[in-house]
Amino acid sequence: MIDYIQPDYEVVRNKDLCIKCKVCVRQCANEVHVYDEKRDVLFADNSKCVNCHRCVTLCPAKALKIVKTDHCFKPSANYTKEIIYDIYRQADTGGVLLSSMGTPKDYPVYWDKILINASQVTNPSIDPLREPMEIKTFLGRKPEKIEYAADGSIKTEKYPNLELKTPIMFSAMSYGSISKNAHMCLARAAEELGTFYNTGEGGLHEDLYKYSPNTIVQVASGRFGVHADYLEAGQAIEIKIGQGAKPGIGGHLPGQKIGPDVSRTRMIPMGADAISPAPHHDIYSIEDLRQLVFSLKEATDYKKPIIVKIAAVHNIAAIASGIARSGADVIAIDGMRGGTGAAPSRIRDNVGIPIELALASVDSRLREEGIRNNVGIVVGGSIRSSADVVKAIALGADAVYIATPALLALGCHLCRSCHSGKCNWGIATQSPELVRRLNPDIGYKRLVNLVTAWSHEIMEMMGGMGINSIEALRGNRLMLRGIGLSQKELDILGIGHAGE
Amino acid sequence: MKRVYVNEEWCLGCRLCEYWCVFSASGEKHFPFAFDGGAKPPAGIRVESAGGINFAVNCRHCDDPLCMKSCISGALSRDDHGAIRIDKAKCVGCHTCIAMCPYGCIVSGGESMPIKKCQLCASRDYTPQCVSHCPAGAIVFEEE
Repeated sequence: MIDYIQPDYEVVRNKDLCIKCKVCVRQCANEVHVYDEKRDVLFADNSKCVNCHRCVTLCPAKALKIVKTDHCFKPSANYTKEIIYDIYRQADTGGVLLSSMGTPKDYPVYWDKILINASQVTNPSIDPLREPMEIKTFLGRKPEKIEYAADGSIKTEKYPNLELKTPIMFSAMSYGSISKNAHMCLARAAEELGTFYNTGEGGLHEDLYKYSPNTIVQVASGRFGVHADYLEAGQAIEIKIGQGAKPGIGGHLPGQKIGPDVSRTRMIPMGADAISPAPHHDIYSIEDLRQLVFSLKEATDYKKPIIVKIAAVHNIAAIASGIARSGADVIAIDGMRGGTGAAPSRIRDNVGIPIELALASVDSRLREEGIRNNVGIVVGGSIRSSADVVKAIALGADAVYIATPALLALGCHLCRSCHSGKCNWGIATQSPELVRRLNPDIGYKRLVNLVTAWSHEIMEMMGGMGINSIEALRGNRLMLRGIGLSQKELDILGIGHAGE
Repeated sequence: MKRVYVNEEWCLGCRLCEYWCVFSASGEKHFPFAFDGGAKPPAGIRVESAGGINFAVNCRHCDDPLCMKSCISGALSRDDHGAIRIDKAKCVGCHTCIAMCPYGCIVSGGESMPIKKCQLCASRDYTPQCVSHCPAGAIVFEEE
């Protein structure tokens, strides 16, 4: 058979610097680097390279780099190389194309077209190093008003809320899609940061129950690993309806990733594919959703907030309005640029809407309907920096979910090959010798550093705006201006244009 | 005393420690110069790999060092940091220490030196380079 696919990348080895230590050979799980003893030469099989930078990063002589190949087709703006290769691949296999992580396509990133305000003269800015600055966030249903008894105690019914020291949580990534060591890093970091990580739909490994005070457990359409102790282990329970990278479809963890540990945790047979159906087969309406919300509340004695996670899609505002009336305490919205361990490429690259627009329209709709206090709003799906967090909160979010930045902190180089299961950084793999590359002692500190840095920056930006409490920033769209956006986009975002 | 320890749970067998050890002892400023185009002089740390387990071994700087006791020329001695060091001028290259070391942590030194062993990177302020450059945090420098 003719192989129509040519390598995308080329490994360039500087022979003057290379000391032939062969670290590249030993560390590449894709077996790109080969040492030929007879000729005493190292060479690289470019066709296997996924551009994950493991070899480049570990090369002690800095003798390696990966470049994009300049091998080309006759140029066409319509039939690009990517389109042509996808057609070759499907003609080879007859299969659905798979990809990982967020879409690389050039959709507008509205965060980068929104500017943040700062105080000058007429209202003072605040220095967070010298004055108090509160970013503690409570997530869940809020009472409409507070009533007091004669003795001064609060009469109003209080709803279960999550208490976050910083408005940043780690979003759902299942044990199975990522390694146990990666989960361990997230759990330990959440504990130290006073925030939460999310188990994803793969159940909770027995070794991680000790991080229960900082755990959100997920109940997804496959219901993998869901049992009474699991629900009790979470401080909140998230019903996953959809994921930003693949709205409308379920999940598929291939059988080869289901070893003894994953099998026990997910409560499924070893080696059997774990298929999450596209819908929850017991949810076909908001009324059905309400039943699951209250089943979970009943099972956990009404002590835990229930999160409903949905992908950002076209009628998001109406859907969110329904969810806010279903008894859910928090709505998590996942935008289309969000990551995934594996998704059909066409869905990842074409289905859904950007999180900024979804968030703005959901917050506006819930306010118009007077039910914004019924629910907390958490957004994810490409929150890349503290500035994105500030903008999200000013657009109306209570907190954000981050996942791709967390994986980057753990060493991910966004080679988008998670679905191969051969992650050279020990993150998206279950192979023991690769998992070992991610040492939780190092990884969790890097996560703590990242979120600590972001929290400092959030406080700096709030201080600049003259705001000393995250509550005063929430939904404060006057602090935002658009740049280079159409009137329609500005209307949806509910912000003015720069200069207005 | 502080010694170099290896946690086999995290050792990846990448052998970077061996190369940083050589670089550290070479006195060269630039990493590739220590290797002279691919030749690798002996290192004071060595990664043993078998059956999926990797383990870097180096001098234990024993409390009761057989190498020091057996040295016929008095070339091995303990310094203020507890590291067992080689005096190149005194060493006659008899290799008795290599035969005596119960851990196999002293090796023949190749062309430049009669023997090679870990000296805790004394020339780099006792900052063992194998520890600072271990990508997995598997090698640590601490009290037992």
